[in-house]
Amino acid sequence: MIEKSLKELAQGLAAREFSSVELTQTYLERIARLNPQLNAFVTLDAAKSLAQAAAADARRATGEAAPLLGIPLAQKDIFCAQGWRTTCGSHMLENFVSPYDATVIERFDAAGAVNLGKTNMDEFAMGSSNETSYFGAVKNPWDTARVPGGSSGGSAAAVAARLAPAATGTDTGGSIRQPAALCGLTGLKPTYGVVSRWGMIAFASSLDQAGPMARSAEDCALLLNTMAGFDTRDSTSVERPAEDYTRLLADDAPAKPLAGLKIGLPREFFGEAERAGCDAAVMARVDEAIAAYRALGAETVEVSLPAMQLSVPAYYVIAPAEASSNLSRFDGVRYGHRAPEYTDLDDMYAKTRAQGFGAEVKRRILIGSYVLSHGYYDAYYRQAQRIRRLIADDFARAFKECDVIMGPTSPGTAFRIGEKAADPVQMYLSDIYTIAVNLAGLPGMSIPCGLADGLPAGLQLIGNYFGEARLLEVAHRYQQATDWHRQRPTALAD
Amino acid sequence: MSEANRGWEVVIGIETHAQLATQSKIFSGASIAFGAAPNVQACAVDLALPGVLPVLNRAAVECAIRFGLAVGAEVAERSVFARKNYFYPDLPKGYQISQFEDPVVKGGEIVIRVGDADKTIRLTRAHLEEDAGKSLHEDFHGKSGIDLNRAGTPLLEIVSEPDLRSSAEAVAYARALHALVRWIGICDGNMQEGSFRCDANVSVRRPGGPLGTRREIKNLNSFRFMQQAIDYEVRWQIETIEDGGRIQQATVLFDPESGETRAMRSKEDAHDYRYFPDPDLLPLVIGADWIERVRGEMPELPVAKRARFVADYGLSDYDATTLTASLEISSYYEAAVASAGTASAKPCANWVMVDLAARVNREGIELAAAPVSAVQLGRLVARISDNTISNNIAKKVFDAMWAGEGGSGDDAADRIIEAQGLKQITDSGAIEALIDEVLANNAAMVAEFRAGKEKAFNALVGQAMKATKGKANPQQVNQLLRSKLGA
Repeated sequence: MIEKSLKELAQGLAAREFSSVELTQTYLERIARLNPQLNAFVTLDAAKSLAQAAAADARRATGEAAPLLGIPLAQKDIFCAQGWRTTCGSHMLENFVSPYDATVIERFDAAGAVNLGKTNMDEFAMGSSNETSYFGAVKNPWDTARVPGGSSGGSAAAVAARLAPAATGTDTGGSIRQPAALCGLTGLKPTYGVVSRWGMIAFASSLDQAGPMARSAEDCALLLNTMAGFDTRDSTSVERPAEDYTRLLADDAPAKPLAGLKIGLPREFFGEAERAGCDAAVMARVDEAIAAYRALGAETVEVSLPAMQLSVPAYYVIAPAEASSNLSRFDGVRYGHRAPEYTDLDDMYAKTRAQGFGAEVKRRILIGSYVLSHGYYDAYYRQAQRIRRLIADDFARAFKECDVIMGPTSPGTAFRIGEKAADPVQMYLSDIYTIAVNLAGLPGMSIPCGLADGLPAGLQLIGNYFGEARLLEVAHRYQQATDWHRQRPTALAD
Repeated sequence: MSEANRGWEVVIGIETHAQLATQSKIFSGASIAFGAAPNVQACAVDLALPGVLPVLNRAAVECAIRFGLAVGAEVAERSVFARKNYFYPDLPKGYQISQFEDPVVKGGEIVIRVGDADKTIRLTRAHLEEDAGKSLHEDFHGKSGIDLNRAGTPLLEIVSEPDLRSSAEAVAYARALHALVRWIGICDGNMQEGSFRCDANVSVRRPGGPLGTRREIKNLNSFRFMQQAIDYEVRWQIETIEDGGRIQQATVLFDPESGETRAMRSKEDAHDYRYFPDPDLLPLVIGADWIERVRGEMPELPVAKRARFVADYGLSDYDATTLTASLEISSYYEAAVASAGTASAKPCANWVMVDLAARVNREGIELAAAPVSAVQLGRLVARISDNTISNNIAKKVFDAMWAGEGGSGDDAADRIIEAQGLKQITDSGAIEALIDEVLANNAAMVAEFRAGKEKAFNALVGQAMKATKGKANPQQVNQLLRSKLGA
């Protein structure tokens, strides 16, 4: 049962082969057994999950048959869910029980999905390894001495280890795509504004975007159908007609299903010198995937994204600037952690925040406060915004030449826990291929494209604005022709 | 230059926070009604729970557009909300959403009356922002309480250029602005409740010299305090400089008890607010069609109305100014004229400015609460104009109407006149007979008059009026009496 796709699970539920309660129970048992090895979930509430499953079964009994009705999903602990502890991976919110639902949670509830539990994550989504979580590092199911990537590391580990059929993630600089790559999953970061940010705890508001993490493009499309949609509660949500993201994923597979597709290969990823920036084995898997795409009928063209090299520095100005302000609300006054002892108001703030935040969060608040300071704003923040426009312009030019851009998702496979923890810059560079996509607000995916030294490698697909359906189709055709997305991690004692 | 300022020129600019008369908060759906129990009007957004987002209230934007149009400013096609970052317990997000580099209203002007002349005060800008909550420092045993009902209340911050040259000008400006925001319906102007509060930036310099260092007097919530605070501050600054001191830039508070200003914080501990565009809100785009729609809904502005009152009703500039001091009084006046007829425009003006205003003031009520409606007053004035009653009798009728006699109908005055038999006697035969009687009964007075005592004539008129219980037409009595006496 745990190898079934969402579509197959839905069919099983519809055919009454198993109930949502049974399905949920199966996953809860797996979680109970295997989560201690992975630390993928931070909050579980079997009673709540099973009550939702029973409610879904009751809805089905009345004749309802929505695609996600009764399907259990893991939710990244960045989404506020009413009555659930919502920590965002931080000591600051260790005991925060949300009084309201994020739009994403609300939409899954309405669709009848079951919340299996809240998944671990880097603290306030700041990290690329899931090591900054107050609740401890998450282990990669492919090798538990290695990181699952981050910040959606708990969701990635949970899905890869079959502790959940699919999960939600959020992606500010690569936090869906990089862990998807490192855990052998399919993850999609939609165009900025496609999924409502209401109730999703903000890291960097202009970059944050929620998306699905699953084992296939088809599963991602099903999840996105429920997640996406205009929301008046999010002013940056885009008002456009609802889309069926599965509409291009027909089962039939003609010999050259991608004939006419133009794949842009950026010189900045594939140039002779530039290739050296990526692990050779990962690059080899990416090259093989490109070859597979040619076999499916696609053409490749060289494109250039010259401002790409500025994306990491620009990102590490803009994201911390927004974060420094977004995290000001965690002040110990109304909810969350408050220092038990303090002398006056300033001391209360200082101690509360010193105790409540971890080192990486503090580092980013400091950077962010600095770049917004009087006298530095023009040199850093304003300049970074200019770079951001240059990056978007680069992509706009490139998409005149091609339909989708491809390259590696991450410069390497999953690294060892602790390996980069002491060197923030090395850690930041693990998002070098993904960050520009957030800065431009474009949709991006990572799909498994083979193993490099026994660990998953990810192929990144970047689409034009609102090109999710096409992107999913391009991923789906590859997954019809290959079985890298079906590989199972072997490290777990099952 | 007043003598008290010993050759120093006073330079004042005013920043005003006008609370906008919307139903709900600027970025959330919570109510902004005043006086609710603490924190009952604070929703998830106002509490800054994790994950919440602001959504701009278009009604607040409409208020800003109205203001921009009313002061002849540019309503920016594109303006930007920015975060002003600082920590304070009554600021839930740790930042205030305001506008910084690109405000919604740019420029504009307010005309104030200085002596007999008009003076134009330039505006720098007006921008939308949210109010903070309130910190309550009493009744919590040494701790502070936080009430977030006010957090997120929409404000329009209106900034003047430093064009004001005295406390009197500053107060005239604040009054004109206060009248205007109420006139265009964007602010209730309630200063006690903090709906309209001013900060004054005050400095002194030698005329023609460079600007002096300014100190900002915060939170002036009455015109009287504004005058007192500025006067004190100006004296203090001049004395400080003349004593060889230097003015340090500072924020000060006015203490009405002592009548003094005292420094709250100096420039050194000024915050670095780290302004940056709020990524949760898109730039505010106001299209020409929106502006035109609002323009179409704007009431006639006081300056235009004043000119029209002079032109159409023949009022003096002074009367027209008085009758356009607020939208309420101008509307009342126009309704009264409509009821009395344009020919009675001048007496209507006198009745509204003198009799009605005095009564409203004496009772301490708002014009809207006056028991005599504009139409009722107009009908009363019409009865004077058509000689049904005299002005003196009209005052009695007015008092009776105020007391509710005559009912609530438009014809209350007529009913009272009828019921109390107050109609003027205009039949000259009847008046002649009365006068003959008066002359016969007051031979001594007649003799005095004939001896050249003009006073005696007035006494005879009085007797005649008394005999008619005031109902005779005084002019007619006068005329007939004179002809009978052969004067």
